[in-house]
Amino acid sequence: MNGQLKKCHIATTSFIDPCSSHNLDSLPIVAVEMIHSLFLINHSGDIFLEKHWKSVIGRSVCDYFFEAKEKAAEPEDVPPVLQTPHHYLISIYRDRLFFLSVIQTEAPPLFVIEFLHRVVETFQDYFGECSETVIKDNVVTVYELLEEMLDNGFPLATESNILKEMIRPPTILRTMVNTLTGTSNFEERLPSGQLSAIPWRRSGVKYTNNEAYFDVIEEIDAIVDKSGTTLCAEIQGVIEACVKLTGMPDLTLSFMNPRLLDDVSFHPCVRFKRWEAERVLSFIPPDGNFTLMSYHVNTQNLVAIPVYVKQNISFFESGSGGRLDLTAGPKQTMGKTVEGLVITIHMPKAVLGASLTATQGSYTYDPATKVLVWDIGRLNPQKLPNLRGSLSLQAGAPKPEDNPSINIALKIQQLAISGLKVNRLDMYGEKYKPFKGVKYVTKAGKFQVRT
Amino acid sequence: MSASSAFSDEKGGSSSVGEPEYGHDPASGGIFSSDYKRHDDLKEMLDSNKDSLKLEAMKRIVAMIARGKNTSDLFPAVVKNVACKNIEVKKLVYVYLVRYAEEQQDLALLSISTFQRGLKDPNQLIRASALRVLSSIRVTIIVPIMMLAIKEAASDMSPYVRKTAAHAIPKLYSLDPEQKDQLIEVIEKLLADKTTLVAGSVVMAFEEVCPERIDLIHKNYRKLCNLLVDVEEWGQVVIINMLTRYARTQFLNPNLNECLLEEGGESTFYGSDADQDEDEDEDKKDEALSKRKPYVMDPDHRLLLRNTKPLLQSRNAAVVMAVAQLYFHLAPKAEVGVIAKALVRLLRSHSEVQYVVLQNVATMTIKRRGMFEPYLKSFYIRSTDPTQIKVLKLEVLTNLASETNISTILREFQTYIKSMDKDFVAATIQAIGRCATHIGEVRDTCLNGLVQLLSNRDELVVAESVVVIKKLLQMQPEKHSDIIKHMAKLTDNIQVPMARASILWLIGEYCEHVPKIAPDVLRKMAKTFTNEEDIVKLQIINLAAKLYLTNSKQTKLLTQYVLNLAKYDQNYDIRDRARFIRQLIVPTDKCGALSKYAKKLILALKPAPILESPFKDRDHFQLGSLSHLLNTKAGGYQELPDWPQDAPDPSVRNVEVPEWTKCSSREKRKEKKVEKPFYSDSEGESGPTESADSESDSASSSASGSEQSGSGSEESEESEERSDSDEEEEEEEEEEEEEEAKKRKTQKKEPIEAVQQSESEQSSEEEVKKRKVSKPPPRNVSESESDDDEDSPSDSSQSESEDSESEAEVKKKKKITPPKAPTKPVKKEGKKEKKEMSLLDFDDFEPTPSPQVTPVGNFLSSSLVTDLEGLSLTDTVLSPATISPSGSLKSYELLHRITGEGLWVEYCFSRQPFLPDPHMVAVQIQFTNSAATEAKSLRLEEAKLQSGMRVKEFPEIEVLPAGESATVVMGVDFCDSTQAANLQLCTHSRKFFVSIQPPVGELMTPSFMTENEFKKEQGQLMGMNEITEKLQLPERCQNEHAIVQRVTAAANLSRVPCGSDKECSSPAPPPPGPPVHRFAGRTVTSGSLVLVTVATKESGPSQLTINCEKMVIGTMLVKDILLALTQ
Repeated sequence: MNGQLKKCHIATTSFIDPCSSHNLDSLPIVAVEMIHSLFLINHSGDIFLEKHWKSVIGRSVCDYFFEAKEKAAEPEDVPPVLQTPHHYLISIYRDRLFFLSVIQTEAPPLFVIEFLHRVVETFQDYFGECSETVIKDNVVTVYELLEEMLDNGFPLATESNILKEMIRPPTILRTMVNTLTGTSNFEERLPSGQLSAIPWRRSGVKYTNNEAYFDVIEEIDAIVDKSGTTLCAEIQGVIEACVKLTGMPDLTLSFMNPRLLDDVSFHPCVRFKRWEAERVLSFIPPDGNFTLMSYHVNTQNLVAIPVYVKQNISFFESGSGGRLDLTAGPKQTMGKTVEGLVITIHMPKAVLGASLTATQGSYTYDPATKVLVWDIGRLNPQKLPNLRGSLSLQAGAPKPEDNPSINIALKIQQLAISGLKVNRLDMYGEKYKPFKGVKYVTKAGKFQVRT
Repeated sequence: MSASSAFSDEKGGSSSVGEPEYGHDPASGGIFSSDYKRHDDLKEMLDSNKDSLKLEAMKRIVAMIARGKNTSDLFPAVVKNVACKNIEVKKLVYVYLVRYAEEQQDLALLSISTFQRGLKDPNQLIRASALRVLSSIRVTIIVPIMMLAIKEAASDMSPYVRKTAAHAIPKLYSLDPEQKDQLIEVIEKLLADKTTLVAGSVVMAFEEVCPERIDLIHKNYRKLCNLLVDVEEWGQVVIINMLTRYARTQFLNPNLNECLLEEGGESTFYGSDADQDEDEDEDKKDEALSKRKPYVMDPDHRLLLRNTKPLLQSRNAAVVMAVAQLYFHLAPKAEVGVIAKALVRLLRSHSEVQYVVLQNVATMTIKRRGMFEPYLKSFYIRSTDPTQIKVLKLEVLTNLASETNISTILREFQTYIKSMDKDFVAATIQAIGRCATHIGEVRDTCLNGLVQLLSNRDELVVAESVVVIKKLLQMQPEKHSDIIKHMAKLTDNIQVPMARASILWLIGEYCEHVPKIAPDVLRKMAKTFTNEEDIVKLQIINLAAKLYLTNSKQTKLLTQYVLNLAKYDQNYDIRDRARFIRQLIVPTDKCGALSKYAKKLILALKPAPILESPFKDRDHFQLGSLSHLLNTKAGGYQELPDWPQDAPDPSVRNVEVPEWTKCSSREKRKEKKVEKPFYSDSEGESGPTESADSESDSASSSASGSEQSGSGSEESEESEERSDSDEEEEEEEEEEEEEEAKKRKTQKKEPIEAVQQSESEQSSEEEVKKRKVSKPPPRNVSESESDDDEDSPSDSSQSESEDSESEAEVKKKKKITPPKAPTKPVKKEGKKEKKEMSLLDFDDFEPTPSPQVTPVGNFLSSSLVTDLEGLSLTDTVLSPATISPSGSLKSYELLHRITGEGLWVEYCFSRQPFLPDPHMVAVQIQFTNSAATEAKSLRLEEAKLQSGMRVKEFPEIEVLPAGESATVVMGVDFCDSTQAANLQLCTHSRKFFVSIQPPVGELMTPSFMTENEFKKEQGQLMGMNEITEKLQLPERCQNEHAIVQRVTAAANLSRVPCGSDKECSSPAPPPPGPPVHRFAGRTVTSGSLVLVTVATKESGPSQLTINCEKMVIGTMLVKDILLALTQ
């Protein structure tokens, strides 16, 4: 997979090989910046926005990327890091858009990738979604944001709270007011947040209703084998917070059973020392929505698998067609109802169509992408949903050897499958009493049944 | 143009904010499309005087830039708006300027003055943004301006501006690498900065400008380690990467002993890879073994590992990766394991993150397999993973394979082979092959499995299997002649060239095992020769040659035929090979000696190929780097150095009496008090709510008070630092420091008297030193600095004697003490509670014993003495008193007795730093009420100040009884100009207009530097910044003492010690040649350097040189000093 990268000849003209001279004083002078330029490219390969933090790099640099994109079967298969004679291209694919950054010298690739994702998240935060239309509609704001987020190729302000102080996100109301009054959405006053000791929280926050909501969302990642045995299963959790509190509240969130948490990562606001010593989350929250922590549940605890799928997918030896019979049923649901159950199967290429009957929900088969989706909805333990029928194959095609695997999506409300429970939330530093709330949801993450 | 209008059409005319609608403007449509008048409407809008129109135009222009359209023809129209008051327009103009300045250099220069003005703005954000834009304009002509701006910003009081300065350094460097030396100085200065905001950016600048200057890091190493957790995430990445390199040069390999011990012990899969090295290393190791002593990790090495570990919990994948690579490269083997969990966590992230992490994990698994073994299942492959992720996971799984888990892994592999993704299947087959070569137990199982795959319907799968089988068979061919036979049959079906070639090679190589089939295969191949791919043709020739040598009877003719065909092949490689083989194997009369050896040559035993991971040995690149990912050295990659053989001196990191840093750190320390790091507040301080802003004008007296006490305990800190402890002390609360001091005192177990005495002697000792530095002994003009020196002893003795008293009580008691009382504690308290009181105090301040005091007592260790030397040197900067002229300060009249109706006001420049704001000049004002009635509520009000000037008034004097006088101190920021500050002096009944006019010499504060520094700085202030005058010194003014006295009287400068001896203790060793006197200072507001040199000559006129960044100040100062010297 690196073969093609190696084939590209190494840049020789733009800089001298540093290794050629061991004299440190004579290190070559190289262009110094991390991210030089950014190109936004849509699904069909059009560059619809470019931003250069230093001198302009021609669009032709993207040709190397387009070449790689041609080669890749799926957009996800485009290598994130490409080498061209004079530059390195690091790209991410999010929301059907490519964010392609150009760098000229050594830089940690994850640094760039992580930054690009941060850009996407900022756009989502500002405009609700990150799509070509939205970016084009808000091109000036986007430009302003990019200008603030990166200085000379090095990240400057990436905290959404600070950015929002400098560049206010557009809202429908303000857009209307602006069009009527001819004013704009830029901040008249200068931001102060940049200089506060807490970079993630702006000062002077005020709410009439003070509220703090926490969503504990757990996802089950599992691979279940053909025979129904669980090959591997783990629980990944994340606590999403929506905190709208006046002033500078200092919050403490504690769990009933923090021992469950095996590996954690925190928003920078969380005081790590407190966590290490007392296993409580102590933090001054950012304003608004943010991810407080994500965690991994100790794998020694057996993971409850909420559903099972009995499956029988077979193709006739003659190669003329096949049969499909699927039944889904509850396994360990802790007495809760499984909702939003969706089964997705990527069929072999030879499968042309499917004529099936579902006892519950509806199914669709897309012959172009070869994806069968069975949307079941709520799982009724009394009457197990079943999908059966025949598959038609391309005429003359041999019997497919590969077996499709089944991907499951589901949702269980009011349950954290690991058993994690929030004990209490305390607030210090402010006088008022906030509304507090905790919600638990369990979802299927990468839940796959092999056939 | 059409594109841009098309763009707006595309949006369907939605009324968006960002994008203006061209369609609604009837005029624009027509003009817009015609090329010769393009952008005319925009120009018009930009020229209008309505901000809204300008904004609209700028938005459209920015939208065009975003789409990559050329709008450079608008430059003149846009650049005019750079001074626009509207901040939104300004922002967009900046965006435009940065984009096009390089192309339109001449016009861009028009905007420079705006930014220069912005650099002086009182608002830190404006200063920062001016610097940002100024440094982003890539025009070589402005390099000196940029340099100046960066230097100034680097000593700005706002950390945000300093951060911007750090950002600007690489920009300037890339524009003009000649500036490197100067930039390194700025970097050095900023590295000493203690704010987390600056740390990341300056290390980034360091990495890009002077990564080889590792020596600059020594002194800052511990600070960086301790700050790390509070630095913003992007800075953390850069710092960690830099510290990894640093540690590799400064510490010993923690695994050295283990490596030696485990020789022959546990060997990894790829244990063989160490073999070659081993021989070379043998001697080295023996040597090492012989002189090996138990390895003790350097505490600094440990500090780094300890302080980076929490960052594994960061939400930022780049930070986690940076820590992981640090541990991989630096940690003892036993500890590296901690990173595995965090890296596995990252596998849940976006696929690009997975891609990079897996690459690094793959490299790590080769060296440290055990680390990831518990997480084997996390690398299981899902059908929904992108192919590149699948392949990488496969790589990791293969690396993790061992005797114990191979069966599980092979079962997984079996599922993968059924995948729809054929590239992935091919990779799986290769992986099976690798497992088979490395784990002997499963070799047969794997081989059988692969042979089964030969009947797979997919040709790619079969081909890949053939290739892998060939490699496996090479390891033990004798056992597997049946497989070879089976494969021989496949030649009829398999069309993939690589597979065909592999089969042919196998048959040729092992033709002895399949004597019957081999000639038959050759026969078939000879038939199809012309239609084969080149790679197959070459193998046919090889096969023919081998058969000819072993079985010439059956194959002689066939071989001839094949060689003849090859002779006329289109490919020269094949023709070449045919000719070569023919010469080698077919005996002719004139054939050389070689043909005798043909059999040996061609049928030599070939070593089995080692199936290796492509990630083997990748770890010579620093993990997590771009170079590692690409497996080629990327431009600008910094090689990870090898561990040193012998530990470099660890003491270089000791932060001794921070000589120069300390003097400049006073401000910074204040900041630090304010900006408490977030994480380290577990001690229960209330840091986070404070904002860095408070450090500016409004620095409260309590803050300065605590600062005082901080410096008061300098001495204790010193010893602290000496004993290798971190600088954490400094961050602790003032109380704690006091306690520290208390403790230390009790530990000393000396009679209180003695301690006190020693302390005072220490300070007197300092006094002596200081006095030596500056000739005129200061007496009555007491100094805040000497207070400081008193603080520590007084405070400690006080608390010592009243040990039982609570802190509060002490304070209360101190407060009660009348301010005039000469007791020392009051000094401190007075300062703490009410700064101005302390400033008033100094008239009554009982100075330390005179220089004639008894020499240092025996109980003072010599080290302490040297410390104090350092201290005294340090403090010179802050003690203008030591340099101020011995005579009383020159007073100026502010209000005459008659005009003031009995109130007489005089002012003088006290030459002390004005504590509430270091950018102000302290003005001491004396009120004398000579009227018969008392004067009430005396205060100053701002009247008409020049722009930029600021005044910090003194607190109102409520009552001034008749015949009494009072002294107050106020601060004025003159903005480095000699313009008078016009003020209103108010009493309860009257208002007087008064003005304070500073002589130019009072606009500066002394700055301590060594002769070398002085010369270096001077070298940078040549040309326009240098003014030289010749002068004839009068008779009485010839000696050194007189010169120093006169110069320092005229300007608030400090003497630069001459010669190499730091203290310049006495003029005893007269410098060779005619004496040169140097004085240095900085302007109060902007901190620009003022350097004065008086070179006397034995005969002829002397020469006065002034180097100053501010030319106006320079010229004025020349006049003043000339006057002072010649009078």
